[in-house]
Amino acid sequence: MTDARASGGNPQSTQPPADEHTRVEEQARAAHPAEPGVLSRVGQARHLGLVVALILLAVVGLVTTPANFATSSNLVSILALASTIGVITVGMTFVIIGGGIDLSVGAVMALASVWATTLATQAYGPVVMAICAILVGTGAGLVSGFLISYGRMVPFIATLAMLVAARGLAQRMSDRRTQLVGPDNSAIVDLSTTRVLGLPLLVYIFALVVVIGWLVLNRTTFGRRTYAVGGNPEAARLAGINVRRHTMMLYALSGLCCGIAAVIIMARTTTGSSTHGDLYELDAIAAVIIGGTLLTGGRGTIIGSILGLLIFTVITNLFILNGLNTSDQLIAKGLIIVVAVLLQRRSLESRT
Amino acid sequence: MSDLLVMRGIVKQFPGVRALDGVDLDVRAGEVHCLLGQNGAGKSTLIKVLAGAHQPDEGTVTFGGEPVRFAGPIAAIKSGISTIYQELDLVDGLSVAENIFLGHEHAAFGFTRRGETNKAASELLGRLGHGEMRPTIEVGRLAAAGKQIVSMARALSHETRLIVMDEPSAALAHDEVANLFRVIRDLTAQGVAVVYISHRLEEIREIGDRVTVLKDGRTAAVGLPARETPTSTVVSLMTGRDVEYVFPSRPAPGSHDNRPEVLKVEGLTLSGRFSDVSLTVREGEIVGLAGLVGSGRSEIVETVYGARRASSGQVLLAGEPVPPGSTSKAVRLGMGLAPEERKSQALLMNESVARNITIAGLGKYSRFGWVDRKKESAAAASLAETVDIRPPDPRRPVRTLSGGNQQKAVFARWLVEDRKLLLLDEPTRGVDVGARAELYAVIRRLADEGVGVLLVSSEVPEVLGLADRVLVLREGKVIHESDARELDESRVLDMIMEGSAL
Ligand SMILES: Nc1ncnc2c1ncn2[C@@H]1O[C@H](COP(=O)(O)OP(=O)(O)OP(=O)(O)O)[C@@H](O)[C@H]1O
Ligand SMILES: [Mg+2]
Repeated sequence: MTDARASGGNPQSTQPPADEHTRVEEQARAAHPAEPGVLSRVGQARHLGLVVALILLAVVGLVTTPANFATSSNLVSILALASTIGVITVGMTFVIIGGGIDLSVGAVMALASVWATTLATQAYGPVVMAICAILVGTGAGLVSGFLISYGRMVPFIATLAMLVAARGLAQRMSDRRTQLVGPDNSAIVDLSTTRVLGLPLLVYIFALVVVIGWLVLNRTTFGRRTYAVGGNPEAARLAGINVRRHTMMLYALSGLCCGIAAVIIMARTTTGSSTHGDLYELDAIAAVIIGGTLLTGGRGTIIGSILGLLIFTVITNLFILNGLNTSDQLIAKGLIIVVAVLLQRRSLESRT
Repeated sequence: MSDLLVMRGIVKQFPGVRALDGVDLDVRAGEVHCLLGQNGAGKSTLIKVLAGAHQPDEGTVTFGGEPVRFAGPIAAIKSGISTIYQELDLVDGLSVAENIFLGHEHAAFGFTRRGETNKAASELLGRLGHGEMRPTIEVGRLAAAGKQIVSMARALSHETRLIVMDEPSAALAHDEVANLFRVIRDLTAQGVAVVYISHRLEEIREIGDRVTVLKDGRTAAVGLPARETPTSTVVSLMTGRDVEYVFPSRPAPGSHDNRPEVLKVEGLTLSGRFSDVSLTVREGEIVGLAGLVGSGRSEIVETVYGARRASSGQVLLAGEPVPPGSTSKAVRLGMGLAPEERKSQALLMNESVARNITIAGLGKYSRFGWVDRKKESAAAASLAETVDIRPPDPRRPVRTLSGGNQQKAVFARWLVEDRKLLLLDEPTRGVDVGARAELYAVIRRLADEGVGVLLVSSEVPEVLGLADRVLVLREGKVIHESDARELDESRVLDMIMEGSAL
């Protein structure tokens, strides 16, 4: 059917506009049949590299600890571990594609978990606790975003300030004590203990966040504008995009993800604490970079980030299963970042 | 005279495009050799091969009698070939002097010698007739013409026997071009050869010695005498047709007088740039702004659009006040701006042609923030075709397009239906002769559909041929306003130059 129309000939002929459009598009497609195939194949190849790396790691796991790695309880624990930082990574991907960086994610998550587990909040029940965590996270993100877009602060500095301040506030609120999720609010903990099809609920939350994040980034005007703002902010502004407001929204989005991550960590640990999420910002940023997102903005994918994160999580898991030193684990992670970035540079160059 | 540079059978293949398909070029010492060709003919690619920025797939290059093969740009510079690229490649955050000597700084033990560097930079700028430019100023703060001067100075900062200039005049106004030509004559008098690319044929006639014409990646003619060859011959070699400037016919003078005002600007002032500018654009009218670079043309347009915040004055779009300093409001109210510098101000280099075209009108291809991708790609394809982007594949990354075709993409962005006012700042910069005529026709057709157009161009004939009404600017003030048909080029030039000659 497409062929019949594509061969419909002369583009100047007067046709109903809708038909004209499809026809023009098809002609364009027909003119360069090889092109999109090649490009998208290279695009997938980028993720393919990450998938291969993940498979290799799994093979290493199967070989070194055959009794433990492939057990369902271990796979579940990998996913549960990945959920917390995973949700944060989704927000981080947006911020970095938009040309920024958010160092405050771990601290904001800690603050949200503390705020949601104070006795005062807990009195209102689990739903309010979750909403509280999400609002605190979003609020903190808005503050960073406001400082960056309207206060013209460098993202690195504004979110560094937020990191320090949020941890301080969390310590203050909790008196540096770990706050338990009360027995009346065990619904929160159920997110981690209740299983559907063998997976705890929080893994589904993580999956939902990834799916929504992917849709927003790839299918909405917000996502499109995020690439534009990160790729060339001046051009975005002159194309009529409100770059400042958009930037603020990006940090609010990252904060929102921290709030959701706070709910997940409360479920997993049954606590809220000012020490939660220490150095999560580094893991999240590393995952985004391994996933192929440019630190300079304007380019990147959610799927890449998630694969990057899974690679990191599996490494951690392998080191623990093999009873290896955590210092060696850090060294291995550092090497992985370097190798991933070098490989990506290679594939970028071969494309141009 | 012996040939300084001989290129033979150069082939360069990109994925999906054979950009060069056996090109020959001979350049003699001390001559200005012009390279002509339509957008996408392969001019920039050829000089990138020459400059060592691209490796040819086939072909030989002989420079100064010896076969050469440049591994990279540095090798080419070392053997005496300097290049000024079409897309300026300066570092905005560094000073003028630092940019000029980037890569070969005056330094001792790793410390740059700033005094020495600045002095040497001043000397070079002086040679270019711009001794007044401070070498310590940040390049990001210079306008396009200023950046052009800095690139020239950078090319001169090396020992060169051949300077390649890819559309150096595109960013320059009339007097700047005269200055550029003076510099070129100085250089050729010293035996330096110049390869000069431009889409302005009258420049070729004025400065060129010989012409090589490219068409579709092949040499269509080698070494024609620049002054004797008739324009029609050159144009038909390039395009297969023989048009030069063809302007669409205009409505009779005064026929817009009763139509509603789309744009009304009252007492608009941006301190230090322009003051007390008042103008109107009526429905269906094309108003041209003529003036030198630095006369405030681009600034006025950008301020009307809200990209710069006016210090005082008012902008009304179809009677509604446009709040200062907000481009998103301006766009929502119905304006569109095709800015002056495509690379830094307009293009998203990571993205496809289609996404570059649709970014400004995303709202139209989406519902509740959800992008309708079918609608989007259909619109992108039809807009790309309207302005005749080549190759005609909207999914191609925009950075792989030739300069003129990138410019067409910038323009296409605003061809969405509901615009009331289009601000076009150098809309045909770098666009070839044939495609220009088509863009002019598109602009006139938009106006006939009721869109108001405010046009800025450094090319006076373009302003006079396309606009209905012309405002002449000097030093940030409107000094003359009249129907375009009552003016001719020399009168406009007299008006804009007057005072600068004093
Ligand atoms: N990096 C690249 N990848 C793929 N194609 C490219 C690349 N660079 C250029 N091309 C293609 O090569 C052809 C020649 O481009 P080139 O830039 O040399 O044209 P040009 O003669 O300089 O045109 P203009 O007058 O518009 O500047 C074009 O079809 C262009 O799309
Ligand atoms: Mg070019």
